[in-house]
Amino acid sequence: MRTVRALSAALLTLGLAAAPAAADASPSPSQDSSSAPTRAGTSFRTATEFEQGQRATASGSTGDYLYWSFPADTGQRPTVRATVKLPDSHAAQTWQIDVYDGLRRRQACQYGAQTRTAAADTPSVELACVLRTVRAWSEPWANDPLPGTYYIRLTATGVATSDLGLPVDTEVRADSKDIGGAAAVDGSLSEPLVPGIATKPEDEQENAAVLAGLEPEDGWASGWWSDRWVWTGVGGVLAALAGVAGYALTRGPGRPSRVPPPGA
Amino acid sequence: MITRKRLAAGVCALLAALTAGLALPAGAAAGEPTGQDAPKVDLVLDVSGSMRARDIDGQSRMAAAKQAFNEVLDATPEEVELGIRTLGANYPGDDRKTGCKDTAQLYPVGPLDRTEAKTAVATLSPTGWTPIGPALLKAAGDLDGGDGSKRIVLISDGEDTCAPLDPCEVAREIAAKGIGLTIDTLGLVPTAKLSRQLSCIAEATGGTYTSVEHQDELTDRVNQLVDRAADPVVTPVPAEGAAECTGAPALKSGLYTDREEFGQQRWYRVDVLPGQELRASVSVAADRAVNPAYGVLLRAVTTHGREIVRGEAAGDGRTDVISTGLRYPEPERDDSDGDKQAAETVCLAVSHSFSAASGVKTTPGLPLELTVDVVDGPGQAGDVASFGLGRGWWLLGALILTGFLAGLVWGWLSRWRVAVWRTN
Repeated sequence: MRTVRALSAALLTLGLAAAPAAADASPSPSQDSSSAPTRAGTSFRTATEFEQGQRATASGSTGDYLYWSFPADTGQRPTVRATVKLPDSHAAQTWQIDVYDGLRRRQACQYGAQTRTAAADTPSVELACVLRTVRAWSEPWANDPLPGTYYIRLTATGVATSDLGLPVDTEVRADSKDIGGAAAVDGSLSEPLVPGIATKPEDEQENAAVLAGLEPEDGWASGWWSDRWVWTGVGGVLAALAGVAGYALTRGPGRPSRVPPPGA
Repeated sequence: MITRKRLAAGVCALLAALTAGLALPAGAAAGEPTGQDAPKVDLVLDVSGSMRARDIDGQSRMAAAKQAFNEVLDATPEEVELGIRTLGANYPGDDRKTGCKDTAQLYPVGPLDRTEAKTAVATLSPTGWTPIGPALLKAAGDLDGGDGSKRIVLISDGEDTCAPLDPCEVAREIAAKGIGLTIDTLGLVPTAKLSRQLSCIAEATGGTYTSVEHQDELTDRVNQLVDRAADPVVTPVPAEGAAECTGAPALKSGLYTDREEFGQQRWYRVDVLPGQELRASVSVAADRAVNPAYGVLLRAVTTHGREIVRGEAAGDGRTDVISTGLRYPEPERDDSDGDKQAAETVCLAVSHSFSAASGVKTTPGLPLELTVDVVDGPGQAGDVASFGLGRGWWLLGALILTGFLAGLVWGWLSRWRVAVWRTN
């Protein structure tokens, strides 16, 4: 009896310690920037693709509309950051990043300076946009972020004519915070929200033109896994152990003295 | 009994561990056939008299342009078909009519012979007028044919001297005619007026405008633009939307382009089988001066006129494009008579609320890009949470409490049973 109680207590503590540890385990974004793109597209169709964690750079001109795209998967909350290095002398300029999903729907920024005005002769301007958490499923009538391609558009929205065409250096980066099981929902898309996915042929071809071909480094999540499995499983185990403990309490230490052993 | 309980708890733990350990990664393939012709680039260089000015790094604009061209010709990727056209290179006189026709093909668009092209560039000397409009028209002619990407890179140091033909209008007409032709402009030490004109030309075709004050900037930029032409790009298929759903063109998955005038509505049809999902997105580009408040509306409507779902977007301020999208999963139908279920025709209606600034031409319409993807439908959600599973400390607490109470009750029950058995 004593061994049972000790065992259950040990398992309880073990379970309680293991549950959150397993639940909070999250992959960290890779820091690989070896093959980061050094140019930007000028439309949705020509947007330059890059992976999250990469630092995409491009030189452009004030007034250009620069487009990039990156894949974001279920449970991630992407943050897009952009830095624009402005020419030595310029008038006040307003810069803006807009993020669009794979259906080219504009996505709201929860926080972050999406638009910022650089005073005259400021050397650089920094912009940021924290998107909402990407869900595995949403109702078709909602515009919640879904796994798929995300477009970034960087441009000067307010610019004096004298500044048009001045050279600027831009840099964008997308990183994600893993929200994990807290944002897990039931249901999933059959295909991620990647434009042109329906016309994609079976066999891969080098150097072929696609609207968007990049997927997350370890592929699109199946939507099957969530840390809710861990919590629920551990909860079941703990419930069973608590049951054993409750049962053991009512039995007292050992067999009641007046009860004869079975078979006596 | 204790042994049996312990066994049960063990099985529970094992099950939980098993479920926790399972995860299924999924993969997908990427790629699409090109089957495209070689990308074509036409460099259009201003050789007007003003190119003599010595204000680019101490050398003349012409010398800077020549040097930049030499470097670009060296760096041009093999697959790009490059041509060079000049404007104002041949007629030094004062007759405007003749001067404004002065544009010539210096090197034809085709496979590049670097030495030959360089020799041709070396012969240039600043001469005449600046007929940008006619040169652009001719350059568009040079690039005719083939379905690869086409790009005109215009390098000029002075605004068009051949009014009334507005080069910006010309650019818009070229964009309306050809599919996927982009004009990028570079201004050499530009004035405000030149900046405005060249950025107007660029924006009319989705290109870029750069002002250049140094020779290395010129080389870098032209190189960048030529490289950009070499990038494989999906070419949209022209489609012509109808004024109403009946008679609208039937679209399959793909990328389409069209023109939509101000105040117009364009209709398209897509067939969607039950269990499939329709994804459509539309972008309307502002290729001319428009008023600073605008929007776009994409509606999916049944053939009977009932609206299913809509995507809408609005904006204000400077923009190149406004876009929105929608998705509609066609529900599975249970009452199917035959083996094959009939596809539902979904009508897509596109309208935009751009308005032309005063004095701006309203025809041709604004360029419109439509992507259609028909994929398998999404899995239905049965619960707000993933598989209806629980998560968090409250869940653990509740489970422990119920488990504990269940154990207590079970224990008391068995004690009571023992007591009953003893009294009997």
